[in-house]
Amino acid sequence: MIPAKFDYKPASSAEEAILLLQEYGDEAKVIAGGHSLLPLMKLRLANPEVIIDIGEIQDLSFIEERDDHIAVGALTRHRLVEHSDLLRENVPLLAHAASHVGDPQVRNRGTIGGSLCHGDPASDLPAVVLATRATLIIRSQTGEREVAADDFFTDFWETAVNPAELLMEIRFPKVGDQPWAFQKFSRRAQDWAIVGCAVQHGSNPGIGMINMGSIPVRSSVAEEALRSGNAVIDVASVADEGLSPPSDIHAEVDYRRHLARVLLGRALS
Amino acid sequence: MTFPISVNVNGQTMEQEIDPRTLLVHFIRDDCRLTGTHVGCDTSNCGACTVLLDGEAVKSCTVLAVQASGHDITTVEGLAPPDGPFTPIQEGFRQEHGLQCGYCTPGMLMAGTALLNEIENPTEEQIRSHLEGNLCRCTGYEMIVRSVQWAAEHPDGIPVEIGEGS
Ligand SMILES: Cc1cc2nc3c(=O)[nH]c(=O)nc-3n(C[C@H](O)[C@H](O)[C@H](O)COP(=O)(O)OP(=O)(O)OC[C@H]3O[C@@H](n4cnc5c(N)ncnc54)[C@H](O)[C@@H]3O)c2cc1C
Ligand code: FES
Ligand code: FES
Repeated sequence: MIPAKFDYKPASSAEEAILLLQEYGDEAKVIAGGHSLLPLMKLRLANPEVIIDIGEIQDLSFIEERDDHIAVGALTRHRLVEHSDLLRENVPLLAHAASHVGDPQVRNRGTIGGSLCHGDPASDLPAVVLATRATLIIRSQTGEREVAADDFFTDFWETAVNPAELLMEIRFPKVGDQPWAFQKFSRRAQDWAIVGCAVQHGSNPGIGMINMGSIPVRSSVAEEALRSGNAVIDVASVADEGLSPPSDIHAEVDYRRHLARVLLGRALS
Repeated sequence: MTFPISVNVNGQTMEQEIDPRTLLVHFIRDDCRLTGTHVGCDTSNCGACTVLLDGEAVKSCTVLAVQASGHDITTVEGLAPPDGPFTPIQEGFRQEHGLQCGYCTPGMLMAGTALLNEIENPTEEQIRSHLEGNLCRCTGYEMIVRSVQWAAEHPDGIPVEIGEGS
């Protein structure tokens, strides 16, 4: 399977990529690691006329400590996130979840920014961004803006990043020693989650769910139950409340609801 | 429209004008004529197409050749010199019968090479998790794991006497 024809424009800086995006408009797509975009292009489910390659923009790949948060550049590959001591210490949930993305080859290519901009409710890192209440930095030609995790995922495979914008970095609040947990249920090694959850404890606990809606979602009802000091069994029992999980060849709606409750129970135990 | 690329493949610089939609695996097989790298699934699931990109294992069916421009690629042909000794991992697959049909083997060898570059003495669990992206329809994986273990135990690649240790 070979993608349809396209023009290839490598960008050496974020500024250059944004100018190219403006020039080519809707016909263009940026490629980072290509591990979501290329499979779609090979199946001809995506047929961009222009590919803007941001993969070589080195200064968008970083993990930096800044005051109360750790900033992760959009082009940072899953492998670096997984092995980062700074993240293991300050945002361990993110480093751990990154180690569960696909397989080693996928983690050597895929980037955190690509994973988030793809906006797939079945992927792992959006749940972490929701659970940790991270902030996303988006740049356009007119400047940068900050978007809260809750406002980032807007529709099925749609995010707050507009066609002529780039995701630049993600800021994760440091969590110190606060407990966290990550549960991913899949049938075979290397598979995507059928359902999963990411939990970050703290003064404002966060519970991000994997594959429990048409967009990445948090379980607000369970979060509220957790904040109110309910027992684990009671928090877990409302994991799926208010959510509309999909039904597909891997699982039906009721099974996903059941899994959400079981996995949240495990995550909190 | 074509795009000029320059890729170092097994130590040799390949310069070429290429259709940007060419996948790295096709560039390697069709343009470099290195057919050791296999296409199994073509959907980034099986790992048969695994090569090293700047030393890291990647699935070359899910990388554009243009994305590899300016980088180093190592394929299975780049492991041992044509008439030289096998690398430890290749010798390990020979000693421990790590293959049957051999279709998955180039990918296994490259993923195994990346693993041993990163972890000299991996545990069985580490071997299994590092080879998670490589499917084998023949061996049931046991012999593959043993082959990698053999390589880790013999970093100089010198074979044991036939019959010993198996
Ligand atoms: C075999 C396989 C298994 C996988 N398993 C999992 C899994 O278990 N869990 C999981 O979570 N993921 C999984 N993935 C997906 C993987 O995490 C991808 O790496 C990730 O989804 C996309 O990252 P990328 O850098 O490759 O993005 P690309 O494919 O390059 O881009 C994805 C989308 O984001 C846009 N984009 C990328 N970067 C930016 C940016 N900085 N600003 C604006 N737009 C941008 C692109 O235009 C495109 O639309 C798997 C992928 C494969 C191939
Ligand atoms: S052919 Fe590339 S992963 Fe199967
Ligand atoms: S030896 Fe046949 S697929 Fe692995």
